[in-house]
Amino acid sequence: MTVQHELPLAALVDKARVLRRHVVEMITAAKSGHPGGSLSAADLLAALYFGGVLRHDPARPHDPDRDRFIMSKGHAVPVLYAALAEAGYFPVEQLATLRKLNSPLQGHPSKVDFPIMEASTGSLGMGLSVGIGMAMAGKLNAKDYKVYVMLGDGESEEGQVWEAAMSAAARKLDNLVMILDFNKFQLDGSIADILDWTPVPEKWAAFGWHVIEVDGHDMADILRGFAEARTVTGKPVAFIAHTIKGAGVSFIAGNNDWHGRAPSADECAKALAELA
Amino acid sequence: MQLGKATREAYGEALAALGAEMPEVVVLDADLSKSTMSKKFADKFPDRFFNMGISEANMIGVASGLAACGKVPFASSFATFLICKGFDQLRMSVAYQGENVKCCGTHAGISIGEDGVSQQGIEDLALACALNGFTVLVPADEAEMRAAVKAAALHKGPVYIRAGRPKAPIIYPDGKAEFVIGKADTVRAGTDVTVIGIGLLVGAAVDAAEALAAEGLSVRVINMACIKPLDADAIVVAAQETGAIVVAEEHINHGSLGQAVAQVVAANCPVPMGFVNIGDRYAESGTPDELMVKYGLTANDVAAAVRAVAKRK
Repeated sequence: MTVQHELPLAALVDKARVLRRHVVEMITAAKSGHPGGSLSAADLLAALYFGGVLRHDPARPHDPDRDRFIMSKGHAVPVLYAALAEAGYFPVEQLATLRKLNSPLQGHPSKVDFPIMEASTGSLGMGLSVGIGMAMAGKLNAKDYKVYVMLGDGESEEGQVWEAAMSAAARKLDNLVMILDFNKFQLDGSIADILDWTPVPEKWAAFGWHVIEVDGHDMADILRGFAEARTVTGKPVAFIAHTIKGAGVSFIAGNNDWHGRAPSADECAKALAELA
Repeated sequence: MQLGKATREAYGEALAALGAEMPEVVVLDADLSKSTMSKKFADKFPDRFFNMGISEANMIGVASGLAACGKVPFASSFATFLICKGFDQLRMSVAYQGENVKCCGTHAGISIGEDGVSQQGIEDLALACALNGFTVLVPADEAEMRAAVKAAALHKGPVYIRAGRPKAPIIYPDGKAEFVIGKADTVRAGTDVTVIGIGLLVGAAVDAAEALAAEGLSVRVINMACIKPLDADAIVVAAQETGAIVVAEEHINHGSLGQAVAQVVAANCPVPMGFVNIGDRYAESGTPDELMVKYGLTANDVAAAVRAVAKRK
């Protein structure tokens, strides 16, 4: 398959702004959700879906040759829904049905309800294993697609992540990229206070992964990192993106009270004004 | 009864045979392939066998990803490790995705013997049946296991297969041509009481039926090798025709086949029922035969339960 979305840098930066607007509006309309972890990943999702990173075609969502993207930190699915709608997988108007009864846009990704999801996630720590299976199938079937799995840093406290880390490296899965949205916070507070698992890049390197570190809010740096990821052979890639939870909205950024609460109508208006 | 191969051995043989027929079949194990017998597949198809190491949660997730890309993965481990350590992964990455993953839990029940409680899968059927959309199979002997593995591979959707460690009594001496998912199998005709059994307890039920015939009791024996979906018709007919039912299984009481059968009986045709199972307790180390006696899972125990329900008719 050949269709890729590849916008120039300024347009990608603007696309991330649009994704952030959708996130704020969706979660406000739903009256619940997780703004912090969605906003921290917006620039990464913009790069993936519109920066020529993912090989994908909205007209053929189940093409066997497509690159796969799994949102393992399932609570951040609003930003994935926003990216998919903007890319043309489904109407943007449908974003307003997030978390509502009978909507395919479940509170956490559901492959059964919404088959363009690559995996059902939300119970943390599971996506990387599923991605490994897809990467292994790619090798078995002599396909050249890549599998991208986004993890949270809080999520990485789950033991299954490290089972998967060992497994992917042992199998030399160079068609697998783990993207860490390293926003330094989890529900109850900072990673440093709850379960300090630093040093993070060193851990992934020690587990046998090729580590790439980027500023997850610098679009040029993100694209540089993904370009490097494509050149790696013989190892899976740990793409560690340093981010700010809630990035893009001044009163949400860095304030962990916004891990899992919806904006009021006033707060939504304020946020959208900043994202105008 | 004459003993045949262990159902786990038949599982390995069936996988090896299936590998030649279905190139999309791949097999995963968690460092127990010499025990689960998945090694029989590994020896023939090393490129389609993946030893995932001692990491059951990851193994189930990987199986999900393989299935999502068109493979038909069989993931094997001891029943307790596969189901208990992999349960959330089975729920989220397999059941909630409707993914076409097959799992086989071997060394189920207390008949694994001396290794003791940590290795004895006695809750696996309750947990497997709790997974939405799962088909749950408990083949009673080697021939039935071979047919069940084939049926599982051809079935579209997640399947859990239970296998045992010891040699199993031969229920089907002439083999079993086909395993039909959702259909119970009457292995002995009878009119006074029905025993519904699974696994090793099918053989025990047949032995009990023969002993009871001498006492003038005619006992029907049903092998309920598919416990989900459950063959409610066979249960209702048995209740109507024999008027009493005993359910016999190597499993704890909570979430047992006995409870599932009782629900069908209560809703359709209430009759006296008896239950032969492990109850609400852990067992211990011992030989398989010693454990089956101490924990009440022998032909004698089945016969006692049959006599008790017959009196209540």
